[in-house]
Amino acid sequence: MLDLKDHIEAQLGEAINGCEITSFGKMGSELTVNARRVEIVKVISFLRDDPICKFSSLIDICGVDYPSRERRFDVVYHMLSMAHNTRIRIKVMTDETEPVHSITSLFPNANWYEREAFDMYGILFDQHPDLRRILTDYGFEGYPLRKDFPLSGFVEVRYDEERKAVVYEPVNLPQEYRSFDFMSPWEGAKYVLPGDEKVEEG
Amino acid sequence: MTTTEAYLEGDDRNFTINFGPQHPAAHGVLRLVLELEGEIVERVDPHIGLLHRGTEKLIEHKTYLQALPYFDRLDYVAPMNQEHAFCLAIEKLMDIEVPRRAQFIRVLYSEIGRILSHMLNITTQAMDVGALTPPVWGFEEREKLMVFYERACGSRMHAMYFRPGGVHQDLPPALINDMLNWCDQFPQKLNDIETLLTGNRIFKQRNVDIGVVSKQDCYDWGFSGVMVRGSGLPWDLRRNQPYEVYSELEFQIPLGKNGDCYDRYLCRVEEMHESVKIMRQCLEMMPEGPVMAENNKVTPPRRAAMKQSMEALIHHFKLYTEGFHVPAGEVYTCVEAPKGEFGVYLVADGTNKPYRCHIRAPGFPHLAAMDYLNKGHMLADVSAILGSLDIVFGEIDR
Repeated sequence: MLDLKDHIEAQLGEAINGCEITSFGKMGSELTVNARRVEIVKVISFLRDDPICKFSSLIDICGVDYPSRERRFDVVYHMLSMAHNTRIRIKVMTDETEPVHSITSLFPNANWYEREAFDMYGILFDQHPDLRRILTDYGFEGYPLRKDFPLSGFVEVRYDEERKAVVYEPVNLPQEYRSFDFMSPWEGAKYVLPGDEKVEEG
Repeated sequence: MTTTEAYLEGDDRNFTINFGPQHPAAHGVLRLVLELEGEIVERVDPHIGLLHRGTEKLIEHKTYLQALPYFDRLDYVAPMNQEHAFCLAIEKLMDIEVPRRAQFIRVLYSEIGRILSHMLNITTQAMDVGALTPPVWGFEEREKLMVFYERACGSRMHAMYFRPGGVHQDLPPALINDMLNWCDQFPQKLNDIETLLTGNRIFKQRNVDIGVVSKQDCYDWGFSGVMVRGSGLPWDLRRNQPYEVYSELEFQIPLGKNGDCYDRYLCRVEEMHESVKIMRQCLEMMPEGPVMAENNKVTPPRRAAMKQSMEALIHHFKLYTEGFHVPAGEVYTCVEAPKGEFGVYLVADGTNKPYRCHIRAPGFPHLAAMDYLNKGHMLADVSAILGSLDIVFGEIDR
């Protein structure tokens, strides 16, 4: 895997921001390539066609949201080489307005994966043939997997017997969704507990 | 020419029909918008998401242990295989070693899941192409397997049996005996079902040379599982990237030749025969010992210990309220689920809840290829192809 990392770094050079290997002891290790957003097509096509890499199938594309970052989204690609029995992960950073170039021309199944990332996070894909929503309801608004989207959503649906139609109404929960915080105050929790300020005072 | 234009010009041979969402051959809630030229399919536009429950969002708001049951509800015909991928992801991040007995039990139940899924698939696919008896015969065997599920974990479908660090409870000795007895009689039952289908003229007419997938298609469309093996690519994660004790077990990987619906059917039947062999080996080779890792920061203490030890009681309380913390990092693990490669991409941030958990369902890329596979086929072939893709909407819509 170290050889593969060196090979990719040598061949792709400027197109990537470095590779890293995460080791999990007996469970093997994983190779991650941090690619530059504008070079994604070049990186993916190199990994697919290069005889040493030969990552011939695209396993997965998904988004990850880090709202505190300047460019909040990661787009994560997983690829598999059946010939060499290796896997690789490619990550690019983007935000709400910067589109990532679609790789549908390289892998047709990227079509649905990119639609899903668009649907869930609002990540835009340039040159995508058909960037529609895929999993959410017809006419859905918002991007549900963003961290600032509430778990309960904004609307609820029911069938209205009088109007003989499905109606959308704002969510009205009899009880708020309760997110209990069980984090131990001795380890983990970073917030100030009520009463802690007295320590400072006296 | 679009359908509307064709209509305006008075060409009534082109039309669009809706297949589903309430259609027995849609295998759940799939809506296909089919554009037809006469009886030839020109374009298929699958509308998915009618069963979307926001699993990934919900998982982000639950502790790791609370997130586990959501995996049962993905591919609900083989629940434990899904749990397996999630448990492996947690174990990989936390570096937990699973005891050998638990590994055998996991493999045993993964294979039961495989039989459950394949049995459902081949019989309902037969129903899609017009045979009514196979489901009745097949479901009887599924029923027995579900009883084995129930006797191990108390539930027929939504098991929550695999836990990070092992499995929840040990198997009772009588259950192991009953499973061995079942393994003896099952191959004959499978042969009976095969007499209904394998040589059946109608079944062959509906499946041979339908939905042919070439090796290159497998790469391009990200196929896995039977979809790949039916086309003759020897790729099975149990063999190529073995997890648990698969590397110690003897089994064959059946391959197809032509990559059509019929070959995929044959692969599934042979895989069930192999699964029974694996089950028998597991039952015979299973050592005595614990079924959960002895690490009380992750796995709960035994009930008896809680009556005696204050520490065990505290551990139990902490595990079922706060849950365990998973060190920050990201990991991708996958298992060979009955439908193909089921993967979990887990991003942990060091707290007790997953930061992001993406579920890579095998059916998703398979269904994405519907348009490609159906182009130029007859309308009646749509249900045959859909059946042989082995689609379950729980995992595709998530």
